[in-house]
Amino acid sequence: MPADTPCFEARNLTRAFGHGARRKVAVDDATFTIAEREIVSLVGQSGCGKSVLAKLLLRLEKPSSGELLYQGRPIAESGDPRAYWRHVQAVFQDPYAAFNQFFTIRAQLKACFRLFDQRPPEREMEDRIDQALLAVNLRPRELDGKYPFELSGGQMQRLLLARIFILRPRVLIADEPTSMVDACSRAGILEYLMKLKQELSMTIVFVTHDIGLAYYVSDRLFILHEGRIVEQGTPDDVTQRPTSPFTRQLLDDIPSVHRPWVTRA
Amino acid sequence: MAAILEVDDLRLHYLTRLGKRVQAVDGVSFQLQPGEILGIAGESGCGKTTLVSGLMGLLMPPLHLTSGAVRIAGRDILRLPPAEVRRSVLGRDIAMIPQGALNSLNPTRKVRDLATDVILAHDEGADRRAIQDRLRERFTRIGLEADAVLNAYPVQLPAGMKQRVVIGISTLLNPRIVIADEPSSALDVSSQKAVIQLLFNLLDEGIVSSMVFITHELPLLRHVAGRIAVMYAGQIVEIGTTEQVIFDGRQPYTRALMGSMLSAEPGQKSRKPVAIEGAPPNLGEPISGCRFAVRCPVAQSDCAQREQVLREVAGRHVRCHHAR
Ligand SMILES: Nc1ncnc2c1ncn2[C@@H]1O[C@H](COP(=O)(O)OP(=O)(O)OP(=O)(O)O)[C@@H](O)[C@H]1O
Ligand SMILES: Nc1ncnc2c1ncn2[C@@H]1O[C@H](COP(=O)(O)OP(=O)(O)O)[C@@H](O)[C@H]1O
Ligand code: SF4
Ligand SMILES: [Mg+2]
Ligand SMILES: [Mg+2]
Repeated sequence: MPADTPCFEARNLTRAFGHGARRKVAVDDATFTIAEREIVSLVGQSGCGKSVLAKLLLRLEKPSSGELLYQGRPIAESGDPRAYWRHVQAVFQDPYAAFNQFFTIRAQLKACFRLFDQRPPEREMEDRIDQALLAVNLRPRELDGKYPFELSGGQMQRLLLARIFILRPRVLIADEPTSMVDACSRAGILEYLMKLKQELSMTIVFVTHDIGLAYYVSDRLFILHEGRIVEQGTPDDVTQRPTSPFTRQLLDDIPSVHRPWVTRA
Repeated sequence: MAAILEVDDLRLHYLTRLGKRVQAVDGVSFQLQPGEILGIAGESGCGKTTLVSGLMGLLMPPLHLTSGAVRIAGRDILRLPPAEVRRSVLGRDIAMIPQGALNSLNPTRKVRDLATDVILAHDEGADRRAIQDRLRERFTRIGLEADAVLNAYPVQLPAGMKQRVVIGISTLLNPRIVIADEPSSALDVSSQKAVIQLLFNLLDEGIVSSMVFITHELPLLRHVAGRIAVMYAGQIVEIGTTEQVIFDGRQPYTRALMGSMLSAEPGQKSRKPVAIEGAPPNLGEPISGCRFAVRCPVAQSDCAQREQVLREVAGRHVRCHHAR
């Protein structure tokens, strides 16, 4: 693979559901590249196609038409899906659904190691789990013997991120990873994620409605509207010189402490 | 004016399967006035959702009342029999929009049927026709397209609309107080705006009187709440007007929280949001001294020993004996 082969490359990528009058084009003719080690955020209103695009990248959906390449090869041909997921990992939107409520948290974190070809020795697994938990501001000992339902929403979401810190994938697709995490922990998680990104040369795709977060962490933003990428650019270009009316709308709707927003009658 | 809701030194704990006690709410007091929106912010796991269970009188194992009281219009709801709480408190005195409410609607039934159930549950003999008129009138009044929405199944609605429907249904019985636990955190900014607009409509139309609004999104609180309580490790560490707390916080944790806000405004990218090192204390162990001491950037030698109490500083209440 040549050195400058992008991590992902999409040409006229389309994913539609249903037929005839009920046909819904969730991702519509998307063309883009995401370089190795780049951080790209997909931003847009709900239903605009972010999660479907994320699932295409994760090989959890198949394109209806168009092409999607991972490291220069069509995703569908890049071998065993399990091998693919060793490279490309995800954090999903709904933390409540992501963990099995019947197993302890620790047991489920340990199960992460099954994705690896070689399971590290017990001691090393324990250490790596503890490190990952500390990175997301959770106390390892406090979780001993606990089940997912014994955690708050934000703690569960942080647990999902701890999984990533254990798995250390090459590519991370994170769908709204911090929507329930408070501002302080979020800043901490982002800091750690950036460190990890440096260390592992990770490529990250953030799916988020949080332009503040996207602006802060990304190299580039993709703005989606009704399945189409209506704008791509650097955070500064997109937020300060938006060219699409949909981008402008999104920016207007963000609550800021410094300017008026929704007001009461 | 008499407070509509009074929380008096409330303490709540979980008893875990291993017999451990997690003191998730540890001495919370505040009052809610008619017409007011009180915001609650704080690190995840600090006890916000647990507090909500207490405010609703929803004390079911593993959650238990340690001590304290929650009074709505003078009536202590934590000492009512559970059946009475369900019959006369929930939905009427106080209604909740739970965290993760988006998935709380039964997907196999139409919105119309779900809403009808709520009314029938409180008034078995209600006339079916009259209910339908009432639903149409209410949904229209709060700004929803009544016919389209009522005939839809929850899965057919986009997330933002679903959340507005949850709110519409939860407030059908005109509760005096609405408690919203992260009602818009899972939504995009435009849907978030619509949800907040809907909550404001409920107040302006006199359908509900007061609100408690819990969120991690501080910029949102700035626009929604009149007063803000900041929680840390099961306690309120600062409570004051929105202006005081957001722009002039005096408690070190409040200041850290405000300092970690991210925003897409020009020049912000070079500003590094401050993360606080370390984790909050384990609520399953006894804690002495200031709960924030090990992480506090301005802690002094006496902080770790000294129990902190709320005291008045610059017109608001702060739990930090060094705050000025
Ligand atoms: N069923 C349970 N058993 C034991 N401990 C619990 C249980 N549910 C919650 N806890 C603990 O109680 C504390 C408070 O949880 P709570 O859900 O109230 O937090 P929260 O402030 O709402 O957090 P978030 O912002 O993440 O939603 C946490 O430390 C949590 O781990
Ligand atoms: N499995 C599916 N079948 C039919 N429609 C779908 C499916 N998955 C997503 N959609 C539709 O595709 C559009 C984009 O969805 P999604 O990517 O989940 O949006 P978001 O940007 O909020 O993540 C929506 O209109 C959604 O209803
Ligand atoms: S009492 Fe001390 S440690 Fe606690 S918040 Fe105040 S300065 Fe910080
Ligand atoms: Mg989505
Ligand atoms: Mg909560």
